[in-house]
Amino acid sequence: MSRARWIATGLLIAVFVLALFASAFAPAPYAKQFRNDTDHPPSKQFPLGTDELGRDRLSRLLYGMRISLLLAPAAALISTVLAALIGGAGAYMGGAWDRGTSMFIDLFLSLPWLFLLLTLRALLPLDIPAVTSVVVTFALLGILGWAASARIVAASVRSIRTSEFLLQARAAGCKPSRLLLRHVLPNVKPILLAQFWISVPLFILTEANLGMLGLGVTEPLPSWGNLLRELENYTALRHSPWLWVPLFSLVMVVSLFQFALGEEERA
Amino acid sequence: MKASDHRVTSTPAAATPASAGGPGIGSSGEVNASRFLIVALAIAVGLLLCSCSRETQPTGELHVTIKTDPKTLNPLMAEEDASDRIRYLTGGVLIRVNRKEQENQGELAESWNVDEGGRRITFNLRPGVKFSDGSDFSADDVVATVKAALDPSLHSPKGDPLRSGGKADVRALDRNKVVIEFEHPIAGLERLFDEIAISPARMSGKADSSVVLGPFSVAEQRAGEYVLLKRNPYYWKKDSAGHQLPYLNAIRMYVLSNRDTELIRFRQGDIHLIDSLPPDLYEQLHSEQPAAARDLGPSVESEQFWFNEVTKAPIPAFKKAWFRSRNFRHAISMAINRADLARVAFRGHATPSVGLLSPANKFWFDKNLKPTPYDTNGALELLKQDGFTRTGDVLKDRNGNLVSFSLITNAGNKQRERMGSLIQQDLQQIGITVNFVPLDFPSIAERIMKTYDYDACMLGLTNVDLDPNGQVNVWMSSADLHQWNPAQKTPETEWEAQIDKYLRAQASTLDRAERKAEFDKVQEIAADEDPMLYLVDKNALVAVSPKVKNADPVVLTPQTYWNAEYLSLEK
Repeated sequence: MSRARWIATGLLIAVFVLALFASAFAPAPYAKQFRNDTDHPPSKQFPLGTDELGRDRLSRLLYGMRISLLLAPAAALISTVLAALIGGAGAYMGGAWDRGTSMFIDLFLSLPWLFLLLTLRALLPLDIPAVTSVVVTFALLGILGWAASARIVAASVRSIRTSEFLLQARAAGCKPSRLLLRHVLPNVKPILLAQFWISVPLFILTEANLGMLGLGVTEPLPSWGNLLRELENYTALRHSPWLWVPLFSLVMVVSLFQFALGEEERA
Repeated sequence: MKASDHRVTSTPAAATPASAGGPGIGSSGEVNASRFLIVALAIAVGLLLCSCSRETQPTGELHVTIKTDPKTLNPLMAEEDASDRIRYLTGGVLIRVNRKEQENQGELAESWNVDEGGRRITFNLRPGVKFSDGSDFSADDVVATVKAALDPSLHSPKGDPLRSGGKADVRALDRNKVVIEFEHPIAGLERLFDEIAISPARMSGKADSSVVLGPFSVAEQRAGEYVLLKRNPYYWKKDSAGHQLPYLNAIRMYVLSNRDTELIRFRQGDIHLIDSLPPDLYEQLHSEQPAAARDLGPSVESEQFWFNEVTKAPIPAFKKAWFRSRNFRHAISMAINRADLARVAFRGHATPSVGLLSPANKFWFDKNLKPTPYDTNGALELLKQDGFTRTGDVLKDRNGNLVSFSLITNAGNKQRERMGSLIQQDLQQIGITVNFVPLDFPSIAERIMKTYDYDACMLGLTNVDLDPNGQVNVWMSSADLHQWNPAQKTPETEWEAQIDKYLRAQASTLDRAERKAEFDKVQEIAADEDPMLYLVDKNALVAVSPKVKNADPVVLTPQTYWNAEYLSLEK
């Protein structure tokens, strides 16, 4: 592992620790409204100022990072497992199964996901706590976000299936389960890992997009998505440069992920 | 165009003596001197006339915005905001509700008389009025337009209130007199004619706002870009000095849905007037151009929420019991800090609501109503009367159910989302958990109109019609928009029966004071029972460019150009 990758990984771990122990670092509860101090500039009491409802921005950023950084990998895990099962299995079985799976993946990719997400979110029961709602949102992202990864996994499995070492193993009388576990899976593992790491920032950004539409994580829970909604107010951005902090932190984390992934791919 | 014709004729008149005298110059010194004097005098008089006439010449093109393309240019079919604004600017009406004084005033009708207990109205029309194409206006045009509005096959939204009077007989008594007789009386009949733009009889029912009696007519429409209104050269109205109105040459209505872009173009001077600015944008503008941003005080737009009291709603029975309890609703109302909603969610540009009408509705607002106090202890006392108990941070009902409900609103409305968060924290203080869920609007409509699968909903309401009859579609228990429990066959509660009774009573008399007394009772019951929790009345926030002269914004729509015929632009 290169030095740069060590640094990126170290920074990511630091961000994760900061987010995980948000309650220790946050100056105030994330939902507490200081109604007489709305839109307050940075001060000793509020290091990143307060939002339009008087809530401490730093606390919300830390808790928001925790939600995004814990749930986005969970969603990425769901989507990667689904991609491995659907894409990998279809390609490994070959023939009509492979063609059928490819068509299914293409069909899945062509669906208008944003509208489907909006519809699914609207169909959810209303009377669920905010925490459940956020878990459901990320679970939906994970369940719906497997198709692009599945296509890549399928292509990789397809090439392994027709490779000479697999033909030799089959000719030597290897059982299908052994073929899969000892020969195919170890060769697909780097692809799956790469897909996982690609999906994490992707889901963070998708949640941010949903949040911009007001349909991501619900109040009063913070997330990067609903923190970024403040960027809509361009005049405020001009006068209050600290509003950029959530965006910078998001860009930084996504870049760190990408950097670490780039190194992984090169490795 | 009349005024420009006048200018064209005045210039040659000034030049004529000079040209007439031209050949004689130099024939005699004395003659030359006197001719020179005459020419100089004529030129001076001509210039004076020119400058005077230019003062009253129609000048300039006013730029405003509409949020969408108009769905129709037929004034009888106008329903949504863009079409209705065009109808307002182009349509000549018999009676106009003055947007500032909120009183009826004669326009195409010089006078009118309502008799037969509100069943008959007789209009005496203004003589000598012409349409924008120069054709004469007469009683036949009124008869044809009103008949078209009443025609059930046309489904005119403007004719709906008139059709509530049953069959109608519309006839011209002579060229300048029209009588309309209804089967049943209609309270506040005359104000309904503020919405009926008179079109030429030959275009009856198919008018397109190109031939009109209003100050402007539609000259051009480019979908997604703009609607251009040109000055009506035959408009009948003149200012106090006798100058022909309108002062403007044209109004260009840009189709622009993005409020940020609208404000940017206002700053650039490309747009002159903005109605109903959101508080955040108002604050931005006010910090840069204090004179251009105007807060007109409470408007007729209110924000409220209600609990689902529908009998067949698919929600737990214990929740229905809470929502149907007056004490519960009143306690929730008392636990909401309305002053904070106005101050924080609307940046101070809203006023805590007192009742179902805003004080902006000058005549009908019940001044005896008292605002609901913010009192969490009082709220808990009321809840205790219904068997609720507070244990630690949570509130439970008499059966041990945790008090928690969902509150839906439309996603993307910043102020409403802020209010939701504030209400969430306010109710948390009395142990109630609110799950605040912004949804896309079609999902909300589906839940509140069809499935009734929701606990509480927060939305806004604009009281377009100042008259109490405009409230009938919400407050009558049989109404579809009686949101907390719509379309009841018979009133399910005693107080709803009372409201129905008073609404009918106010509609059955012509005496304004009597109607007011009856409608005050409706307002008092509504405030006492709290089926709708009125939160705040939004202030009317507008932007007026310093270039616009005679602007006198009001709280009623169209706020900034209700007096469009008197507006002009600085050169």
